Amino acid sequence: MNYFLTEEQQMIKELAAKIAKEKVEPVALEYDEKGTFPWDVVEVLAKSDLFRVFIPEEYDGLGGGIMEMSIVVEELSKACGGIALAYAASGLGTIPIILFGSDEQKKKYLPRLATGEILAAFALTEPDAGSDAAAVKTKAVPDGDNYVLNGTKQWITNGGEAFIYTVIALTDPTRGPRGASAILVEKDTPGFEFGKKEDKMGIRASVTRELIFSDCKVPKTNLLGREGGGFLVAMKTFDKTRPGVASQAVGIAQGALDKAVAYSRERKQFGKPISSFQGIQFMLADMATQVEAARALTYAAARTIDAGARNVSRVSAMAKVFASDTAMKVTTDAVQIYGGYGYMKEYPMEKMMRDAKITQIYEGTNQIQREVIALQLIKESLQKKE
Amino acid sequence: MKIVVCIKQVPDTTNVRINPETNTLMREGVESIINPFDMYALEEGIRLKEKHGGTVIALSMGPPQVESALREAISLGVDEVILLSDRAFAGADTLATAYTLARGIKKIGKVDVILMGRQAMDGDTGQVGPGVAENLGLPHVTEIRKIETIEDDGTIIVERLLEDGYVRLKSKLPIVLTAVKEINEPRLPSLKGKIAAKKAEIPSWNHEDIELDLQRIGLTGSPTQVMKIFTPPKPSGGKIFEGDVHQAVFNLLAELRGAGIPIGQQREEGQRHG
Repeated sequence: MNYFLTEEQQMIKELAAKIAKEKVEPVALEYDEKGTFPWDVVEVLAKSDLFRVFIPEEYDGLGGGIMEMSIVVEELSKACGGIALAYAASGLGTIPIILFGSDEQKKKYLPRLATGEILAAFALTEPDAGSDAAAVKTKAVPDGDNYVLNGTKQWITNGGEAFIYTVIALTDPTRGPRGASAILVEKDTPGFEFGKKEDKMGIRASVTRELIFSDCKVPKTNLLGREGGGFLVAMKTFDKTRPGVASQAVGIAQGALDKAVAYSRERKQFGKPISSFQGIQFMLADMATQVEAARALTYAAARTIDAGARNVSRVSAMAKVFASDTAMKVTTDAVQIYGGYGYMKEYPMEKMMRDAKITQIYEGTNQIQREVIALQLIKESLQKKE
Repeated sequence: MKIVVCIKQVPDTTNVRINPETNTLMREGVESIINPFDMYALEEGIRLKEKHGGTVIALSMGPPQVESALREAISLGVDEVILLSDRAFAGADTLATAYTLARGIKKIGKVDVILMGRQAMDGDTGQVGPGVAENLGLPHVTEIRKIETIEDDGTIIVERLLEDGYVRLKSKLPIVLTAVKEINEPRLPSLKGKIAAKKAEIPSWNHEDIELDLQRIGLTGSPTQVMKIFTPPKPSGGKIFEGDVHQAVFNLLAELRGAGIPIGQQREEGQRHG
């Protein structure tokens, strides 16, 4: 399908695809097995200016938006969803600074994020605060010119590798969720340490760690947005970054589909390539149709966001739900087409299926996304009656 | 430091075929790329600039479509590009090509290092590098795998790859160097580079722009005549000696001797060579 990408978007797509093929695919299985952070690939992405694409020009970016970020994530994910996440998670950590940062904060971090010299991360989840994000317990108590952070964040992508963290913490615990604020914390701040590195099912090239704050003091100038506006920062950020997860899912699905088509032409049974059997053909046709539909919805969401639409929660959630469910289905079918080989670690397919699973879970489980969509529908219906 | 990298646009050989009647390459519909060995030269040129400062200029001779190769060079980080393009340059062999490139370099002015790949993937001659050096009266080192140092006084030390090792050579700038693939790992283009490449004006010099002898360029200046291009026949036949290794070797030697091939004396039983 032709998505009428701009010339610059086409350029980004071609470059990201080249990097995916030449620099990511050859190392994907190795990183999956070792579970180490792919700094060498991150360096290639940085030198190729891919971290610049979604950062405003005045901060050394190339001035693109969510669409440009999504294109990169999709292309990289075709080769490795884990390595793509190292990039995408830095995007997730960068967007709140773009959206809510003061000019000073932007000047301080965005140019370094644009060059890829540093990475960013976003920290909301805690052991008891997942889908129920309002249950966060980490505190950032005001103390003179500082906030003092105490608490633990869990499952933070790029944890330990990123330099700048947007941390959602309670600046006023008496006000509940309205007392939460978004605070920028730099790595190496005294009292800020990293806990255990998780041993994950998939996306193993991306690192997931605990962030532990023990009397960690940061200046009040590190407040992002306003005090008490922490959940607004989180929700507005997720609204914009869900197409990123959707693109990761589309990329994984497309990568699996491409491999499944190629494999079905090579694999011979009963004296013929299995691609000549209708049972396989129908599977491939359904997979391709689903991937295309997921991509169309993802691009529509990204473009809606970039066009500056006011309420993007629903389309953004729809893209995330549909693309991630598609990725899970398509990779499962791709394993099926590979048959026994699909189940073996020597072949790329089982990894793609493991990588796909997380897209249904993180940045808001698909159940939460459906709730977002449904609530919006009901709200609109109520408004129509009045 | 001023560095000139000579690049050639070649057909992507994975797809190239030869017209058996005319003995020429069938380029129609085949994607053109920068000669892979020249990619190493470009990378080395850009690295020299990054290390020592100065400018890198990519120079190429060819028809107007070579512009795309020069744009790619810009996307990788060269500062300037020059295209030598003229109908009068067409049909040049390595002699005329080296002469024309050298005249182009002469016009650029004072140059410290001239780099190119060890050979072009289409012609495989490896003659243009030394040819350019001769035309400019400069020293050259072919098949370098490393530029070790360049001193402020213009002393350069390079490693030249040999079949069974390498040799360290010291020379003076300016110099012509041809690179082998062991020298570096070429970078990928950057987006900023690609955007710059898209916008760039590609200056083109014709025979009037550079001072040269018209008798020495293009088809007129090319004494080379291609008699025939062919794929050497694959060796066929052969015989495999199977079974116990000692016996197999014994049988092989016996057969070779039987065919009258001199292979030395048969060893006495129990005799050992060191």
